[in-house]
Parts: sequence; C-alpha cells; structure tokens
Amino acid sequence: MKAEQQYIDLYRQCEGMIAAHSSEVMNTPRAQAFADFQRLGFPNRKVEKYKYTDVDELFAPDYGLNLNRLDIPVDTSEVFKCDVPNLSTSLYVMLNDCFDAHEQPKASLPEGVWAGSLKEFSTLRPELAARHYGRLADTSKDAVTALNTMLAQDGFVLYVPKGIVVERPIQVINLLRSSVDFMLNRRVLVIVEDGAQARLLACDHAIDRVKFLVTQVIEVFVGENATFDFYELEETHNNTVRFSNLYVHQKAGSNVLLNGMTLHNGQTRNTTEVVLDGRGAEIKMLGMAIGDKQQHVDNNTFIDHRTSDCTSTELYKYVLDDSAVGAFAGKVLVREGAQHTSSQQTNRNLCLTREARMYTQPQLEIYADDVKCGHGATVGQLDENALFYMRQRGISEKEARLLLMFAFVNEVVDEIRLDALRDRLHLLVEKRFRGELNKCQGCAICK
Amino acid sequence: MLEIKDLHATINGKEILKGINLTVKTGEVHAIMGPNGSGKSTLSNVLVGHPAYEVTKGSVTFNGKDLLALSPEDRSHEGLFLSFQYPVEIPGVSMVNFMRTAVNEKRKYLGLEPLSASEFLKLMREKRAVVELDNKLANRSVNEGFSGGEKKRNEIFQMAMLEPKLSILDETDSGLDIDALRIVAEGVNKLKTPETSCIVITHYQRLLDYIKPDIVHVLYKGRIVKTAGPELALELEERGYDWIKAELGEQ
Repeated sequence: MKAEQQYIDLYRQCEGMIAAHSSEVMNTPRAQAFADFQRLGFPNRKVEKYKYTDVDELFAPDYGLNLNRLDIPVDTSEVFKCDVPNLSTSLYVMLNDCFDAHEQPKASLPEGVWAGSLKEFSTLRPELAARHYGRLADTSKDAVTALNTMLAQDGFVLYVPKGIVVERPIQVINLLRSSVDFMLNRRVLVIVEDGAQARLLACDHAIDRVKFLVTQVIEVFVGENATFDFYELEETHNNTVRFSNLYVHQKAGSNVLLNGMTLHNGQTRNTTEVVLDGRGAEIKMLGMAIGDKQQHVDNNTFIDHRTSDCTSTELYKYVLDDSAVGAFAGKVLVREGAQHTSSQQTNRNLCLTREARMYTQPQLEIYADDVKCGHGATVGQLDENALFYMRQRGISEKEARLLLMFAFVNEVVDEIRLDALRDRLHLLVEKRFRGELNKCQGCAICK
Repeated sequence: MLEIKDLHATINGKEILKGINLTVKTGEVHAIMGPNGSGKSTLSNVLVGHPAYEVTKGSVTFNGKDLLALSPEDRSHEGLFLSFQYPVEIPGVSMVNFMRTAVNEKRKYLGLEPLSASEFLKLMREKRAVVELDNKLANRSVNEGFSGGEKKRNEIFQMAMLEPKLSILDETDSGLDIDALRIVAEGVNKLKTPETSCIVITHYQRLLDYIKPDIVHVLYKGRIVKTAGPELALELEERGYDWIKAELGEQ
C-alpha cells in the first residue's frame, strides 16, 4: 500500500471532525484539496522537484493526530523561557498545530494589526481571510500542499493593514509536544498591505523525544512598497520530519527577506516559491543548514520574475558532517518582458566527511534579453592551507576547523537585519558546531 | 636552541632533504641561501610540522624537546614561528578573532589565564605599531584582499603578538618594494632580543643588509654544503652559486 492511502482513509473517516474544529474559510477548499491529493498521490523520486527526498517513505509511518483539538496540558512557561537577550518581541506560541491562546504578548500591537490564531481570524474576518487563504498555495500542483489544506485546522496569522509599521518583531514559537508519535498540519497566513512593514521570526522546537511529522503551508502577501522580513529557525531533533511549503507574492516596490536556518533537524524539506509581480520588487533569500549524523536538508526554491526591474538574490550554505545529506535546487524564471531583471543565485557547501553528500542544481530560465542573471554552486572541503596556517599560529586543529566553519556560515547569519537575533545566532551556530546542541533542549534560542 | 641532526625528509615519496645538520644557538641569526629547488622551503615546512612532508630519518631538538614528536600547534606554543612565503587568506575569520584565539591557546598551554578583551586589544594596538599595520587591516579577515606587502607585514605583526623564541622567515623579502622591505626588516629587528633566534631564508643580500646574520649557510640539493660568516652572502650576491657547485666537483 502506498503511503497516501492512510491519509485518504483518515480524511474520509474524519472529514466532519476536522471541519467542526476549524473555520468556514479553512473548510471551503478541503474537498478540492482532497480530490487533488487523491489524483496526485505522493511524488516519487522520479518527479524532478522531489528527486532528493523520499516523500512516500517519510509519510508511511503511522502517526497520531489531534483532530479533536484536545487540550494538551502544558504550561509553556515551564517548558522554557524564550527570550533572545536584548530582543523584545511580541511572542506567540503554537502548541503543535493549535494556537495557544494562553500565551499572549504583553505589549499591544499597532491599531488594526492582527496576530494570532488563523482559525479565529478567519472566523472574525471571513472576507479578508477568504481573499487570501489558499490563493497562493495551489493544491492541484503539490501533494503536500493538498494534504495540508485537507487536514489543517488552525495556525498562525499576521495581518498588517496599509501603511502600518510594526516596530516590534513578531515571534512565533512552534512547540512540538506529544507522548506518542505525532503528525501536525500547521497553516500560516501573512498579509502585509501596501506600504506596511513587519518582521516575523518563527522557531520550531521539538520538546518530546517521539517522532514528529510536520506539514506546514505558509502564504505571504506583500503589498506595494511594503517590507517584510521572515526568519525561520528549525531546532528540532533527529526524529522530526518537516515538510514546509512557503509561497510569497510580492507587488511593486516591495522588499522581502527570507532567511531559513536549519540548525538541528531530522528530515527536512523546504519549498519556497516567490512571485515578483510588480516593478521594482526585491527578494533576498538566504538559507543555512548544519547537518550531521543521518540528517537530511532539502531546499527547493523557485523565483518567478513576472515583471521588469525586479531583483532577486539567493544565498544558501550547507555544512554537512558524518552521513548528512543536503540538497539545493533553485530555479529562476525570467519571463518575457521582465527586462532589467537582476538575479544572483549562490549555493556553497562544505562536506566534512567522505560520507556526507550534497546535491546542488541551479536552474535559470530566461525569456528576456536585457537582464543580469548569474548563478554559482560549489561543493568542497575545509581549506587545508588555511588549517595549517592557523595551526602554525598555535590554534589547535579542532579550533581551527571550527573557526573556518563559523566563517563559512556567518555569511548567511550576518544578513539577519535584527542585531540581537544575529548575535544570538552567532552563538547558537558556535554551540552547534561544538556539539553542544546535539539534541533539542527546548528553545535553544533562549538558553 | 635548535639542533638538527642528519635530517631526511620526503614529499610524495620524493626525497628533498638528504641529511641536514644545523645548530642555532640562542641569540643567533642564521641566513640560509641557495638556488631554487635546493630544499629551503622544505626545511622550514618540516620544522613547523607541515603534514605534507614526511621525516624519514634524523632528529630535531628544540630547547631540549623532541620537536618532531610535537603537533604543529604545540611547536608554535613552544616558541617556533614561521613567516610564510605565501600567507594564506582566510575569508570570514577576522584578524582579531584569529589572533585572540592564537594568543589565548598559547597562554593556556603555558598555564596562564586568557587575556581579557581590553588587555588583548591593548596588546594588538602596541604590536601593530611595530610594523605600522593599519587598524583597518587588523579589522579585516585574515589576509583577505591584502597586498603582497601588507601580507608580509601582517606576518611580522603576528610574530610580534606571539613572541616566539625562534622565528623562521621564509623569503619574507619576496614581493616587497624597498619601503615595505625596510618596515618589515625593522620590525624583525625591533623584536630581536638576546634570548631569541632567527633563521632567514632568502635569495638576496638586500634583506641581509637590514637583518644582519651571524652565520650564513648554503643549502644545495638537500644538504648544507657551505657555512661561513656574513661575508659569504656578499660573495654569493656577486658570484652566484656556480663556484660552489664547482667546489663540489660539479660543472
């Protein structure tokens, strides 16, 4: 039996229960998503987009779900205290795929800004939610997106109305907690209207040592001349499987920074699709992955330059130790008429052992003649000459290797536009390389 | 300070050093000269423990310790320093971080407390002055984007920071203009004390105009074939190496 069958059965049996604990807006696309999922099935590795991740195998185990939305008794403040020193954020907590209403930030948000439960938001503001929900995440094209749309009951929303600047960063902590192997389907919707500005930081943390399977679909709408920074940090454990599909739509003059950092994980597949749909839109995509043991990190990106004068920059860096496997596939499409496009894609990787594997696949498709596009990919080892030079100066081999590895990933960390978060990540990366983060200890960003 | 006895070394199975004997006493400056390919750089690399070279025979004692048994980093901690012919660029590793790690690892080895941030920065400031190294360079990544002269100055700056007992200057004069040569050489002289020794590897007399050697050796085909006072360097500058080859019975 292929893995999708159990999800088809599950949906048939529990359709009513799923809908009863969600909102009208989220329920509307379920039937279509279900039809799409049945038609698509999980992609096998012959499908180019999923060449490096065995989706079927990862979805095959039997996981429990919490479709009845039973309260998991947990005092999140006891699980950990989360605050990046000197970084004050408006802090929210998602417990698995349920929004935790007990945890609300003390400081209030600017007038009209909404952050919190997607289910609640889509119940209270159904027209606004319906205009956006499911509009970017096309269930007919991707089985994981279809599955998430079928099963997701709640999630996180950030709505910033026209012209509003949210100074304080919004932080969502996604806690994975369960006593049995567990599947969760999280949905995120971000709407940053014309001229608005916001920053969102999302951290995934696996607390319990059971197996987790996470699907996540994030839709981000960025209006004209709006600015949005999105930092995602995964800090889970070796038994966590994560599928995250992020869809971004940008209007003219908007500026977006996406920074996805995989600090510790099990099996991760991140898909990012960005549409630059207005003159002068700018996207900067950064990614960093540190993998060891059997960890697997697969980033698949697609940038669609639909109009002229847009800029995209991609920089992904991986450090792979032991038998870790990394993959990066980045496609940039420059459509006819998208003149004066500027696009640069870079993927650099370090394989520290003979067993570590990196697959990299840059892809440019250009249908305009006045553009500046480039890409580069490298896979290599630490520079032996640099190592020896440092040892001659009295730096031990271990320390010299660490310094070179920090230097390598710091190029990504240095692009973080929040000083306190950047400092914190320098420290976390160092701890990670020193082997002090070999399991998730709750919220590492805080400890 | 340093005693090399019958040292043989190979790289990729090829023998380059074929029985070197050399003794450097405390306070002495030795110059090692010789035609290209004679083994000068191999000798300096073997002394600092470069992993590409294999010692097949002989011994090296450094202040009473078996040098060849020590790791490259411990050789450094014991007071051995190599000014590289081609200093390596290390993008992303700041000079400050690099030097702080190096200084504090040495202090740890010697059983001393690490320097505080302010003590360390004060030390950097002091030592930068020795070779007139610009603060801007000190704030950049190690050697990244440095000119040839700046790289060599940076080598001597690192030497000043680490205060070695024996410094090996491997063609430190190559790629330097007259002004840079003077600054580098004056830096070396300022650091010289009666307790430190120096091995200067060079092709030319001009560096030795500034750094006066006590003893000059000629290395040829993996052996030291001639040893004399400073006048030997002048003679080599004038006459080349052919007369030495002739003395050895080669023509």
